[in-house]
Amino acid sequence: MILIELFLVFLKIGAFTFGGGYAMIAMIQVEAEKHGWLSPEELIDFVALSESTPGPLAVNMATFVGIRTDGLLGAVIATLGIVLPSFIIILIIAKFFERFKDSKGVKGVMSGLKPAVVGMIGAALISAARTVFFPEGLQAARFTQVSFWLPLGIFALTAVLAFRKVHPIKIILLSAAIGIGAGYSLGL
Amino acid sequence: MNKNLDLFLTFMKIGAFTFGGGYAMIPLIQREVCENKKWLDEKEIADIVAISESTPGPIAINAATFVGYRTNGFSGACIATLGVVLPSFLIISLISFILNEFQNFKPVRYAFMGIRAAVLALILKALFMMFKKTKKEIFSYILMATALVLTAFVKIDAVFVIIGCGLFGLIWSLARKKEQKNDTD
Repeated sequence: MILIELFLVFLKIGAFTFGGGYAMIAMIQVEAEKHGWLSPEELIDFVALSESTPGPLAVNMATFVGIRTDGLLGAVIATLGIVLPSFIIILIIAKFFERFKDSKGVKGVMSGLKPAVVGMIGAALISAARTVFFPEGLQAARFTQVSFWLPLGIFALTAVLAFRKVHPIKIILLSAAIGIGAGYSLGL
Repeated sequence: MNKNLDLFLTFMKIGAFTFGGGYAMIPLIQREVCENKKWLDEKEIADIVAISESTPGPIAINAATFVGYRTNGFSGACIATLGVVLPSFLIISLISFILNEFQNFKPVRYAFMGIRAAVLALILKALFMMFKKTKKEIFSYILMATALVLTAFVKIDAVFVIIGCGLFGLIWSLARKKEQKNDTD
């Protein structure tokens, strides 16, 4: 049943992602593909919308995927799934706080998890780049198409802005404006 | 005011006015919870950030649950978490319905063509920020490469990547400690 599937998948994502929303993207990509819930393009759009709306990225993404998959009830179930593991784990930790904080074991585990998160965000980047630049696989013909060079130009420009600490919302708005301008003037 | 109601409204405000996820929320939580309401002190907030980073799940949820629990026990934890989630939930539901109606409009399609490229830049930035926070040593680089290849190309379930890397980190740090002990002996 789709609701149970949604709940379990987001429970899993909530229980196994460390380091915030971006680390989740790789995991949602794999799951959404496996279950056929949304296309790679839709997922990237959701990342953009989640960044441009208030609230935690993870909750926004869960609500989006849930609503797209099974309507409002799906959204409630997916959001509940992503929140529940955090909620339970933090309640337990809040009770045994002092012991947790200075635990050598926790530090050891974290020394392995931090690089893993970097690798997973890298994987999300590769997958998203493939969707944007080579939606139909690697083809030499792509290098002559506007639909390859335009996104590449926007990517280069927005990357510079992102590293200059321009706010993500401004970056998204600018890229939308360029997309609209270029789309009409080039007649794409 | 009733404490739970106060918690609910405070965290709803935090949920409704922070863009860009958990880290952006921390300063606002600090201002509301320490300076305005005096529920917790600065040191406790710093602890919450440290803990949220080393536990799974969204940082915002972790922080809300923790502050709620410290302030008013289990019911406080429920209420604060609900408060921080609710605005997101309502706004996204609304946007999702609007998007459904307008996604085939030409300007919307063009806008997303641009936005998708910008999302790559945002992910790249997130990648760089996380990279900066990891220790620069060969052990980290090996784990990064392994996690990347397994997730991106082998498409192994990320749960196994997380568990495997966590275990590896634990064993590695224990082994290293033993080595240091032997050196001093």
